[in-house]
Amino acid sequence: MSILGTRVVRTEDPRLLTAGGTYVDDLRLPELTDAARVTFVRSPVAHAKITGMDTDAARQAPGVLAVLTVQDMDDLVPPPPPEPGSEVSEGAPMPIGGVWSEPLLAVDRVRYVGEAVAMVITSDSYQGEDAAELVSVDYEPLPAVIGIAGALQTETLLFDATESNVPVTSGDDADDAIFEGCDVVVERTIVNQRLAPMPMEGRAAAARFADGKLTYWVSTQNAQISRFILAGALGMDPAAIRVITPDVGGGFGAKVGVDRDAILVAWAARKTGRALRWVETRSENLVGMTHGRAQEQTIKLGGTRDGRVLAYRLDVVQDTGAYPRMSGFLPFLTKLMAVGPYDIPRVQTHSRVVVTNTTPIAAYRGAGRPEATAAIERAIDLFAAEIGVDPAEVRRKNLIPPDKFPYATATGATYDTGDYVTALDKVLDAAGYGELRAEQRRRRERGDVLQLGIGLASYVEITAADAAAGETARLAVHGDGTATVYTGSSAHGQGHHTAWAMLVESELAIPMGNVTVIHGDTDLIPEGVGTYASRSLQLGGVAVHKAAIEVKEQARQVAADLLEAAEADLELNADSGTWQVRGDPGTGRSWADVATHAGADGLVAYVQYAGGGATFPFGSHVAVVEVDTETGKVRLIRHVTADDAGTVVSPVLAEGQRHGGIAQGVAQALLEEMLYDPDGNPLTATLADYAAITAAELPSFELVQSETPTDINPLGVKGIGEAGTIGATPATQNAVIDAVSHLGVRHIEMPTTPSRVWAAISEATHNGEVSE
Amino acid sequence: MKVTVTVNGKQVAAEVADRTLLVHFVREVANLTATNVGCDTTSCGACTVLLDGKSVKSCTVLAAQADGCEVTTVEGLADGSGELHPVQAAFHAEHGLQCGFCTPGMVMAAVSLLAENSSPTEEEVRSALEGNLCRCTGYHNIVRAVLAAAPAVSEKRSA
Amino acid sequence: MIPAPFTYKRALSVDEALDLAAQDGDDAKFLAGGHSLLPLMKLRLAVPEVLIDIGRLGELRYIREEDGHIAVGALTSHDELSRSGLLASEVPLLAHAAGQVGDPQVRHRGTIGGSLAHSDPAADLPAVVLALDATLVARGPSGSREIPAADFFHSLFETELEPGELLTEIRIPKPQTPRRWAFQKFTKRAIDYAIVGVAVQGGSVALVNMDQTPVRATAVERALAEGAGPCEAAIHAAEGTSPSADINADRGYREHLARVLVRRALEESLARG
Repeated sequence: MSILGTRVVRTEDPRLLTAGGTYVDDLRLPELTDAARVTFVRSPVAHAKITGMDTDAARQAPGVLAVLTVQDMDDLVPPPPPEPGSEVSEGAPMPIGGVWSEPLLAVDRVRYVGEAVAMVITSDSYQGEDAAELVSVDYEPLPAVIGIAGALQTETLLFDATESNVPVTSGDDADDAIFEGCDVVVERTIVNQRLAPMPMEGRAAAARFADGKLTYWVSTQNAQISRFILAGALGMDPAAIRVITPDVGGGFGAKVGVDRDAILVAWAARKTGRALRWVETRSENLVGMTHGRAQEQTIKLGGTRDGRVLAYRLDVVQDTGAYPRMSGFLPFLTKLMAVGPYDIPRVQTHSRVVVTNTTPIAAYRGAGRPEATAAIERAIDLFAAEIGVDPAEVRRKNLIPPDKFPYATATGATYDTGDYVTALDKVLDAAGYGELRAEQRRRRERGDVLQLGIGLASYVEITAADAAAGETARLAVHGDGTATVYTGSSAHGQGHHTAWAMLVESELAIPMGNVTVIHGDTDLIPEGVGTYASRSLQLGGVAVHKAAIEVKEQARQVAADLLEAAEADLELNADSGTWQVRGDPGTGRSWADVATHAGADGLVAYVQYAGGGATFPFGSHVAVVEVDTETGKVRLIRHVTADDAGTVVSPVLAEGQRHGGIAQGVAQALLEEMLYDPDGNPLTATLADYAAITAAELPSFELVQSETPTDINPLGVKGIGEAGTIGATPATQNAVIDAVSHLGVRHIEMPTTPSRVWAAISEATHNGEVSE
Repeated sequence: MKVTVTVNGKQVAAEVADRTLLVHFVREVANLTATNVGCDTTSCGACTVLLDGKSVKSCTVLAAQADGCEVTTVEGLADGSGELHPVQAAFHAEHGLQCGFCTPGMVMAAVSLLAENSSPTEEEVRSALEGNLCRCTGYHNIVRAVLAAAPAVSEKRSA
Repeated sequence: MIPAPFTYKRALSVDEALDLAAQDGDDAKFLAGGHSLLPLMKLRLAVPEVLIDIGRLGELRYIREEDGHIAVGALTSHDELSRSGLLASEVPLLAHAAGQVGDPQVRHRGTIGGSLAHSDPAADLPAVVLALDATLVARGPSGSREIPAADFFHSLFETELEPGELLTEIRIPKPQTPRRWAFQKFTKRAIDYAIVGVAVQGGSVALVNMDQTPVRATAVERALAEGAGPCEAAIHAAEGTSPSADINADRGYREHLARVLVRRALEESLARG
């Protein structure tokens, strides 16, 4: 029986549980013994000209080895100016650069609180904090551009050489013709709020230049991409750079590649000739690491009175923060996935990207797709409320039926496989939907203070959107019978070492315990793409699987020679892990024997797998909340999900990804928000104020099984990493609104904090239908 | 000033700046890097260790305050027999960790909880861990791990 | 993340603590559990030049019954308060509220004296000692004095304590009806400071985070004394208060919460005793 699909505990755990992981700050290597510390001086104002800087006091502070500013960057070649007439299209270039360029260290202007303006190099981190305070910067404040409305004015531009704060506009102009024939049309402008990815380990990097070579350790999701970025930024040959990924304490999309602060650490190591280490504090992380989401969405949905959806328009304004690092890519994904799992014939989408004096935006678990799902799921519920039909019924009526796959959406996506109605029915059944509605009715009739809310979300999402970039795997079986996998994937909690070992054992009958998985070192794995976009299993894992098949075929040839038999007469005995003449275990030879016989290098296969294309996991969530109608406080009491990402290789790992995703999704709906005041000062810049969710706010989750394989790769797998987040947010938001819909509430913005919920209740009970 | 702390049973003495935080004493002086720093507002619990048997956030204790005291970190949990502590074993069995960054603090918080409450309910476990943030697991399996570990810890104590 | 440099001194007796404080005057702060002071210092919002560690003054760690009142040593931790059998029977309000402070790690270190001396109106115990009509005993260079709780809290981070004065004991008159208590702490997350909180002991009602200090809801108390029930009395909850607005609540919402929570607290206390 194959090990795939069985419950296997992680091989990563014993070390993490006893000695702890080795994150950048834990590295105790000879190369870093005398590493000095980097502390950044960051702008405390959102928008200002820098009119002066005095580093004298800082230079004289105890332990200071150097104070670096943009004046010291004479060793860097500035990026080329934009080609005349070159256009910015939605996804390229990324970052946009050109007139929207982002410097490494601020030159004469800062555009967000937290932007780096100088670097202090000290012997230890305590001295660094002291010395950084002594750097004196003169700022001449400029008006802060905050919020979508703020960005759309043209009085204050973030970039002098531009004509607006809108670097990207794309999509269909509004044309109400698509709503002709609709009995009912609902429309609303809603917010998908700014979030902080907040991995438990912030950004961190260490660098050492020696003999013209840079060795660089960084908390990243992609060592190879990081090397490429560093080479470009530092004007170096990539071959002279080695990037090593130690343990990484979470990434969630915000550690893709390396950002400007991380690049500066490498530059400073070259400049000063010292090995350097940088580990940001949480306060820095909350303003210095990219944020996520931050879209304003206008949704318009029309259909028949009995619940058939005919038309949908989604208009997105993406706040990208001070620098358009992701170009138009996030709203592009939002538009691509706009219709979700619904069969909607007429669709229009439009997007604009605006810059504001806030932390730049980039990917955060879901990256554009949670936004799409949150929008359509709100639209469906608004429509259901308007026509007075149960929201489960409306969904069932409009979900793409199983016989329509592969399904080409009106937005240009082709969904591979799916069974959306079954997923919905499964969760409704598991949740006891009928009884929940009955309990809700009872509480409403009694006028209970604690009202019950039931929220639904059906979703489909795109994983491995960049499948064409593929992934690599090199598999070697050594003379001692053990195996090593070199993967281009880059786990930061996902458990690839366990899963890839399972894949090898499944194919080659080499026990997992004898399979070592290595990732994240560009010297050992020069080609690779990394882990993000839920791509790893379907690309990296499939590459491992294919490499195992290649090794198996090599082994068959070698074993045939060793056993002096024909290849066709040989089999791999899955129980004993030996090569034998078919049906004759007595002839069995071990992998060690075969690999030794193959020669000094053993058996090796290298695969670059650029899969068939993106895949589309899907599911349904039911969230059940209790709302205290006197205070507005919300308690999530149940969360039931079906998250179908095709064949499940490791149920343990898949569940873990779903749990973590659900928690982050619920957190967006109920608690988290990165807030700025009108002057661009962040109001939630510490964990005392940024309301990250804790164990006390969550129930245990109820996960329902659903496996609809894809036909795009031989394992039938899709990506599970972001699916939980995508479904959980709208289900929870819908539940909160549902709890008080009988009072006339139609919408409550996220996060549905007690204050917001009470305001909605208060207005509705005083005025009739309104929302927060 | 000179600070002497017994860390995982071993005396560690050093001359440190008065403002040295216990977490940095553990990480840099005692050279035990499992315990992590995750925030600067005493919010996240990644730095949780036992100080004279009770869980504390070592980022909010001065090394000087721990002078002459006993500190236990996750590295010191095993009893020397080579076996995992029941809480470590349960985290492993229940997939209670992913990236591992919050794990040492989470495990020590759980050890402290079970020392004070030998058979907590799920609600009590969740409440006891409200000062320990995890971004990866959604807490579901962490809670399962603590509940699973409780009987084994109880038994180990009475043995 | 790291406090600015300071000099650490350790006191091994109350007298030594007072002597050290007298030497350094305004530049020194006492350090008990450190869970109010060190977080401020780590963000460099407080930069004392000298810290006098009083954490080892075992003589200030006790809970005992004396002459009709309960005497609590200032260095008793929140955890110890929450587990005290004596408090559970005589002043359950304090035992319960102490068990709600922060999280278990914070409760292992934080002390009642430290919390009161810090005087954060969003903290739980200041309102509790106010509701209990406690007397706070302080020792200074010129001797001991007793400060009624009502006079103790001046403003955010400011108390009646003079520089160099050390809070040593909290004296709580034994409530006539110990069971008639309630503590309603309204938060966004379990770990947060109260957006609004209410402490009830008999006919005394004190509010958390409705002003620059904890305050007694005197209009509520008057209504109760005049025979009003919880609903009627609670209508007056916000009278005389001046709650601030922040990212969690504006003034109007705090005032609304105060009314709801006072009513619930009064109902709970009546149901209990």
